[in-house]
Amino acid sequence: MSEIKKIKNLKEFSTSADRFEGANLLCPGCAHSIIVREVLNATNDDLILAASTGCLEVCTAVYPYTSWDASWIHIGFENGSSAVAGAEAMYKALKTKGRLKQPDRTPKFVAFGGDGATYDIGFQWISGCFERGHNMMYVCLDNEVYANTGGQRSSSTPIGASATTTPAGRISYGEKRNKKDMMAIMAAHGAPYVAQVAPNKWKDMVAKIQKGFAAEGPVFINAMSACTTEWKFAPEDTISISDLATDSLVFPLYEIIDGTQLNITYRPKNIIPVRDYLGAQGRFKHLFTKQNEYLIDEWQARVDAKWDYLQRREEASV
Amino acid sequence: MEKKGWDGFEIGAMLRTFDGAVRDIATTLPENRPYSQSSSFTASVADWRIEKPLFNKDYCIDCQFCWVYCPDMSIISRDKKMIGIDFDHCKGCGICVEVCPTNPKSLLMFPEQKDEESALAEWPKKEKKADTEVKED
Repeated sequence: MSEIKKIKNLKEFSTSADRFEGANLLCPGCAHSIIVREVLNATNDDLILAASTGCLEVCTAVYPYTSWDASWIHIGFENGSSAVAGAEAMYKALKTKGRLKQPDRTPKFVAFGGDGATYDIGFQWISGCFERGHNMMYVCLDNEVYANTGGQRSSSTPIGASATTTPAGRISYGEKRNKKDMMAIMAAHGAPYVAQVAPNKWKDMVAKIQKGFAAEGPVFINAMSACTTEWKFAPEDTISISDLATDSLVFPLYEIIDGTQLNITYRPKNIIPVRDYLGAQGRFKHLFTKQNEYLIDEWQARVDAKWDYLQRREEASV
Repeated sequence: MEKKGWDGFEIGAMLRTFDGAVRDIATTLPENRPYSQSSSFTASVADWRIEKPLFNKDYCIDCQFCWVYCPDMSIISRDKKMIGIDFDHCKGCGICVEVCPTNPKSLLMFPEQKDEESALAEWPKKEKKADTEVKED
């Protein structure tokens, strides 16, 4: 068994040598790379990585450069998960046959995908990987929109957000469907570990990633990735927007172990109104008009109901 | 090093991040890694910036918030100390300045042309909050 890297505090964490390189072409202030480097820094083991098509893939593998200091592959929009699952299956087969060149090393298998590749396009493939029980981690970089192709709505886009295919205007208030509950769906696969993380809570995030690496079987991590371009806020505000999201409980941080035991890992000291979170982003600007104001109250009611539900589930541990 | 053109690479070939073998990348610091010309580490996005962060180590408490939240691996920390900024890879987003908890901030944004000496000379002084002494953690 490999050792779990000791990360007691931020100073200790800062001695990590990054395996994700700069001069990638992600936007200034993009949360994707904050998340990716935390995932990669959470372990000292070898990494076998794949990415589905999306911002992360197109920006980190721009010809003739690669930003990855680990084995990394990209195939298609839908199959980042199956690429890693295939590598993992081969690793297992070689291990059984005793043909591994470095049998003492214990590589970690991680697939990255955006919310488009996870919630919509790659869903069937991820579901397959989880059903087959590969020993891998799938990290969804959830920025609630197809940011790479110009901001089309995905099934992760929340109600009221203005996206290029669901634009807000005189009649429409933007996206009309609620966000898909991917966490519940992945937990229903019986995965040993499913967790929701946000980049502003680095310690919570690293702890969950390490738990995920230690778990045997498929692990799903849903990481909120604030998108400065499509959520329309200034690049320096990425962390403060993430703070607003976690403190207003729009994006609660919790984990589900073995599909049943739900633990809330972050309870904000002061819960702030959802209005503050919505008001900080340009994609919700149109909600602050007389005719759309009722949507903000609906938002608040939805977030409160969800928080109630999570707390009840945690208490009942079912 | 001479850069290969688009037709200099083999079709379907792997891009190797390093020239030669690295035994354990996770414990090798960037300055000891033999980066190849295919690694974006050898490229620069310095021309993306209109403003750059400058670092004043007199006020720094080495909390490493800037390190952990930097999206571009541009905060250089060695032996638990923040020692500087990697201006080849910094895109000037300003997150490091936002998350800096000291008073005054030990990182501030300046126009790209600003030289470090004059920036340090005009660094703002500590802001006193009325009555209460500001505690630096």
